Amino acid sequence: MRITFTCNGRLTEADGVWEGESLLYVLRERVGLPGSKNACEQGECGSCTVYLDGDPVCSCLVAAGQVQGREVRTVEGLADGDELDPVQQAFVEAGAVQCGFCTPGLLVQTHDLLERQAQPSDAEIREALSGNLCRCTGYEKIMDAVRLAAARRAESAERVN
Amino acid sequence: MRAFEYAAARTPADAFARTTPRTAYLAGGTTLVDLMKLGVVEPDAVIDINGLGLRGIRLDRDGLRVGALERMSDVAEHPVVAAEFPVVAQALQASASPQIRNMASIGGNLLQRTRCGYFRDVATACNKRQPGSGCPAQTGANRGHAVFGTSASCVATHASDLAVALVALDARVELAGPAGRREVPLADFYRLPGDSPQVENDLRPGELVTAVAVPRLAFARRSTYLKVRDRQSYEFALVSVAAALDVRNGTVRDVRLAVGGVGTRPWRLPLAEQALRGKRLTEATARQAVEAGTADARPLAFNAFKPALLRRTAVRTLLALGG
Repeated sequence: MRITFTCNGRLTEADGVWEGESLLYVLRERVGLPGSKNACEQGECGSCTVYLDGDPVCSCLVAAGQVQGREVRTVEGLADGDELDPVQQAFVEAGAVQCGFCTPGLLVQTHDLLERQAQPSDAEIREALSGNLCRCTGYEKIMDAVRLAAARRAESAERVN
Repeated sequence: MRAFEYAAARTPADAFARTTPRTAYLAGGTTLVDLMKLGVVEPDAVIDINGLGLRGIRLDRDGLRVGALERMSDVAEHPVVAAEFPVVAQALQASASPQIRNMASIGGNLLQRTRCGYFRDVATACNKRQPGSGCPAQTGANRGHAVFGTSASCVATHASDLAVALVALDARVELAGPAGRREVPLADFYRLPGDSPQVENDLRPGELVTAVAVPRLAFARRSTYLKVRDRQSYEFALVSVAAALDVRNGTVRDVRLAVGGVGTRPWRLPLAEQALRGKRLTEATARQAVEAGTADARPLAFNAFKPALLRRTAVRTLLALGG
């Protein structure tokens, strides 16, 4: 089948898609966006998290046909050209990346958290990231990165005001 | 994954016309796609029902009505749900992960399949997946399994938190199918496994869940959902308690109590409710009522901790609501 959707702001078409493919597979193997990672393939680990119509979902559990006509934003769509999103920059600076496999999902999920809750408590961060597993168990640095990203956003909001 | 056809239904009639015994409806997909990848469910065709509307979260004189295609996250965050039926909002918040809640529908949540490891592993026997093949959970790894409503064929736990909250509130499910519409109390919708655990609910061929209706209950404002699990988030219940309490001057006028993680279907505790009505709410009366209501628990080799954990959790929930 053929599916047409918006991906990172661009109208995207994938042809010859097999019904059993997931959105994750379509992104990685047909659209050429390998940022979203395929780890557990069953919604347990969050490494494949992308925005679907503005909400983060596990793209491994989205059937290709469900994406028809919808809007997808992947980790590749977070940066503005060469300028990293503040969440990405914070992960770099906090050293919140070890093997890196869980990072794209964490970036998207953190991006969404800070959009909805600019100053999350630690408990709120933990709940928001509960569906993103880091096999390297680098959670302390990840917490640092989310706190840093939140602080940066607050600073830049102040500058604008 | 086995090959299948994919079709998006435009109207209910269109969806019904496409159904056969070998089709599956797809809403959020978080259960269906997962089980298809595992080979547990192998439909010939998948009918995407997301175009059918079935939305809306409304409170009126009769109560709350939620369209079956509303997503878990939207219902959990809805201010009316949180204010009037906190037990529902809390049960949803305590379910799955944010990503899954963003995708999964209310109807799909109620129809989700058990997390029994034997059901999900096609290399093992399972009467639910393959009728007559046997139930290794009877004597196998059954720490997460049920202590109420079990049979020699199946001891799998019903996994939905939402369903436990809704059963406590006497919710009804609205159904539509090729033969028309009807409405069923959610508590009756779910079947006990008996000797046919593959039949989990009252759905007739081609029928869809279209909405959930929760009757008005003023004291549901004082309700809560307490879930005990191996980790603080993103885990299924070992035991859970949904409770609503009408207490005046320390005396229980009315109460609703249902429990999860322990039953082959969401498990209401009518005897405990009855024992509490008219009593002063104290730790002793709560414990006596909960013990009376759970006396028929039948633990397995590895979940003998569940009845005691459940009783303590229920008492704690009641006292927290009453305080």
